[in-house]
Amino acid sequence: MEKRKEIFPFGIPGHNLSEIEREIPNDEPPAWPVNDQLKEVGKRVNRIDARAKVTGEAKYTSDMKLSGMLYAKFLRSNIPHGSITSIDTSEAEKVPGVHGIHIITKNKEDGMVGNEYPEIKYVGQPIAGVAAESLSIAKDAVAMIKIEYDPKSFVIDLEEAMLPDAPLVFKEPIQRQEDGGDVGVVHDGSKGQGNLRGPTTSSFYGGPRGDLEKGFAEADVMVENTYRTQVHTHMPLETHGVVIDWKPEEMLVYASTQNTAGVRNELANYFELPKSQVRVICDFMGGGFGAKHSAGSFGPMAAILSKKTKRPVWLMIDRKEEHLAEGNRPSSIQTLKIGAKRDGTLTAIQQKSHGTAGVALGAGVGRIAQILYDCPNFKTEQYDVLTHAGPGAAWRAPGNVQGAFGVEQAIDELAEKLKMDPLALRDKIDKSEVRKVERSRGAELFGWSNRKPAGSASGIIKKGMGVAQSCWPRFVTLNSSIEVRILNDGSVEVRGSVQDIGTGTKTILAQVVAEELGLKTTDITVRIGDTLFPDGPGSGGSVVTQSITPPARNAAYEAKMKLFNQIATKWETEASKLEAVDGFIIHKDDRSKKIPFKEALRGMRTSQISVTASRSNDYGGFQQPWGLAYGDLGSVQFAEVSVNTNTGFVKVDRVVAAHSCGRPLNMSQLESQVNGGVIQGISYALYENRVMDKGTGHFMNANVDQYKVPYSMEIPEIEVIIVEEYGALSSTDAYGIGEPANIATAVAIANAVYNAIGVRIYEIPITPASILKALNKIYE
Amino acid sequence: MNKFSWYEAKSVEDAVKQVNNTVSEELYLPSGKAAIFKSGGIDVLDLVKEGLIQPKTIVNVRNIPGLNKISFDDNGLRIGANVTLAEIEGNEAVKTRYAALHEAVAHAATPQLRNMSTIAGNLAQRTRCWYFRSSDHPCFRKGGDKCFAKHSETGQNENHAILENDRCVSVYASSVATALLAYQGSVMITNGKMESRQVPLSEFFVAPDQDVSRENILEPNDLITEISVPAPDMNTKSYYSKQVQRASYDWSMADVAIVAQMNGDTCEKITITLGAAAPIPIRAYEAEKIVLNKKINEERATRAAKVAMENAKPLSKNSYKLPLFESIIKQGLLEIA
Repeated sequence: MEKRKEIFPFGIPGHNLSEIEREIPNDEPPAWPVNDQLKEVGKRVNRIDARAKVTGEAKYTSDMKLSGMLYAKFLRSNIPHGSITSIDTSEAEKVPGVHGIHIITKNKEDGMVGNEYPEIKYVGQPIAGVAAESLSIAKDAVAMIKIEYDPKSFVIDLEEAMLPDAPLVFKEPIQRQEDGGDVGVVHDGSKGQGNLRGPTTSSFYGGPRGDLEKGFAEADVMVENTYRTQVHTHMPLETHGVVIDWKPEEMLVYASTQNTAGVRNELANYFELPKSQVRVICDFMGGGFGAKHSAGSFGPMAAILSKKTKRPVWLMIDRKEEHLAEGNRPSSIQTLKIGAKRDGTLTAIQQKSHGTAGVALGAGVGRIAQILYDCPNFKTEQYDVLTHAGPGAAWRAPGNVQGAFGVEQAIDELAEKLKMDPLALRDKIDKSEVRKVERSRGAELFGWSNRKPAGSASGIIKKGMGVAQSCWPRFVTLNSSIEVRILNDGSVEVRGSVQDIGTGTKTILAQVVAEELGLKTTDITVRIGDTLFPDGPGSGGSVVTQSITPPARNAAYEAKMKLFNQIATKWETEASKLEAVDGFIIHKDDRSKKIPFKEALRGMRTSQISVTASRSNDYGGFQQPWGLAYGDLGSVQFAEVSVNTNTGFVKVDRVVAAHSCGRPLNMSQLESQVNGGVIQGISYALYENRVMDKGTGHFMNANVDQYKVPYSMEIPEIEVIIVEEYGALSSTDAYGIGEPANIATAVAIANAVYNAIGVRIYEIPITPASILKALNKIYE
Repeated sequence: MNKFSWYEAKSVEDAVKQVNNTVSEELYLPSGKAAIFKSGGIDVLDLVKEGLIQPKTIVNVRNIPGLNKISFDDNGLRIGANVTLAEIEGNEAVKTRYAALHEAVAHAATPQLRNMSTIAGNLAQRTRCWYFRSSDHPCFRKGGDKCFAKHSETGQNENHAILENDRCVSVYASSVATALLAYQGSVMITNGKMESRQVPLSEFFVAPDQDVSRENILEPNDLITEISVPAPDMNTKSYYSKQVQRASYDWSMADVAIVAQMNGDTCEKITITLGAAAPIPIRAYEAEKIVLNKKINEERATRAAKVAMENAKPLSKNSYKLPLFESIIKQGLLEIA
């Protein structure tokens, strides 16, 4: 590939903005200037599908109605552990309107001990499915399936599961796994005893560093505590599910998914079909938060029922099933020991954690302790504890939200011991330049200087302020392509398998292509979320923006150059002399020579220009040896809370969230995404909690009544600061913000609660009961 | 199978002839032939969806003419059975004369639910104990042989009762009931023979040790037609507080209503009622005695609050309710003083 040199903006406007020269592939476009000088990118552009969404015109997977479609329902276990001794479907089969029943049987990975039914390991495990002419018929038929169990003893509590005589969840090393874990980290299920697996001691940032003992010996001050976080389910507005029509020529799948290409690959693999004969479509997505990367058990079930009945099958699960079986953020019990010198320099960090993702692995606490601050001596041991509960799944910054809850409280405690302001300590130990800017801009907007010493507020309702930070790697999925088509009427279409999880991917693709072609965002038609089109990344790990907007710009640029070549020939000039601005193609040296974009294509021999492009490695390469992009997606969040010391009632009054994501593409959408992350963080800190009955193994609040998420009164004033940060790393230099938005909120709230009442609470959710307990108001 | 027929009742007489069972009785001992009342429908349809009852007929009493009036005169407040919580919340007399009732209604559920729920349905709803609401947990109230919540090692009982909790430890769902009991309201009930009787709320609720299958005295064919509340004296002061984890929408963790007749700073009559403390709304008689015919001051308020919790027997996860009740009882007494 031939290369050329380009000058790029580099650094943070208003702080250290400069320029840098990069060598870039010849077929990628010239450097964009900073956002101030762009017309569509970086602006508050409305979502291109806003109208469809708010009017209900947008069709989600659950809205799909195909001709002859059947409705399917799962039969699920209502015991936490045992074997199925018999299943009798004869009565269910007789129900008028029932067309197909499928019973799940063991596959190779389950081992061949016992009968053909997989062992039941949690309440809510799918056992069979029924397809019928209506959902209510399917439900009735499910209720008529007779099932007999041989129940076994079970364990659902993390600490009880670690006891030597605890009932075993898996007797053998685990071969098959749900996607419970962190991005890019493989949890090893082959090590460990009893229900314990692990420990995981390394990440893609490497393993232990330095010498812990020496580090602690050098410390003047130490902090050592145990922090606990709860199991947190995903609760996307749209539950998991698919509509599948398995036709002779292809399997057509409408899926509520974060990864159309991934679900296609999974189903093709499962049914041994060529990828070309499985088509997955996700036009609109009602939220995923990490739990919707896979075809799950509902994908194969719907496909089998469709094949059996030769009809399309709708299989969306309900809210209770969603809670029980379709993912959760694992719990954690983490011990952290941090040593520091008098001036704040960290000397050692030791972390040990146990978490449960139920019957899955992936209950680690991430990399915050390893990477957020400079510290020469570091060790982590992260254990998975298996329990008889529904499987965990990736949940917005998997592991790292739990990890941050420990680390960022410990840093707060350390600052107090060192008699340093928490921000001043971070200025000392955090090497990130962008977080330094976020701290200073955030502190000013928030009014951090008004913060009072912990517990010093007077009155019954005490106010407190807290801060916390986060980091998240810049992952790039290089297997990401986009097709841009310019049709001969001047209309432009963007195509890709990449789905819009709801954050506005469609809109940013339109913005990027519009900017490149000198058009308006609204001039661009975006057709994505369909595996008929070139493969894009999954919407997870905050990878989408950096993976898919450079291919979109590159494809638009190449298509534009093809068009310029045709016009240049006509105008007897060079393509490089032309530019596309404000809906015209203009000769740069003679600006009177111009033609509207719409008319420029009329004379083409073929009716479209079509270019599919991907993206190169980052300009300047990736960080070695990790292979990640340079920089990170940092954030600093500030929270102000009120705590009623008589009743324990906690209210978050205000949050200031300062974030960075390279070149911001759409300020409104970024703010919206940060708002969502903050609200979920508040929910994690104060409300959500899976309540399991230890006697029966049932999830008692698997609903939206007593599984509490915040409503309007729980949502504070949220102010978002987006710090522009140019790294000259790709043709758009833009990054995602999904995961970082959620990491720091809960621990900022915990630090604020401490500042308010002067007693630290080491466990979330922080409830009236835990406040009253912390204040020593509970007597027995 | 949740198929049922729907009967649109045209009058009270029509309605009481159509039904043959109470929700509670059908739930405790399913007949499979039940015809039951539905007013706002919120609780009944939840119970159907939860698989706890499978009625054959639902008799809709929501549109019976004449049951949707609310009026206030010298004799007090009369609230038709089908008046919604939102209508009570918006009523001028309730706002100005029954402050504690207004506060209780305004903090029940959510605005959307208050638009749908009727006062009679609210009073007669079943408990929100999550074991009761789970068809997989055959507890005392469903004809089973245990209370899952009470178990000291396995029970998840943070929301449950701290008083009168020897058998079933559920708490009454309606927090409006706490306020109505403090005002010494009563319920007008018509039976299948079209006989009407007025029952004071203090006799309306049924505790588990009397009969665990039910939470109120309603018999099959009994229909609540009206709630009445005596007119408060001009010297009446009232207080209500409901403590929750989530302000927008939550069931009560602890709620307290106080209605007192004050002569200067001396308390001449008082009722203190507690919600989410016991399986039914209860009066804190011993606490009332501490302040009755006395001046309410900080010391007596503290003492009364303490006494109200004297017999409390917290479960494994709800001892936080004691300081919570104490703090709001004390605050309430000091506010009316």
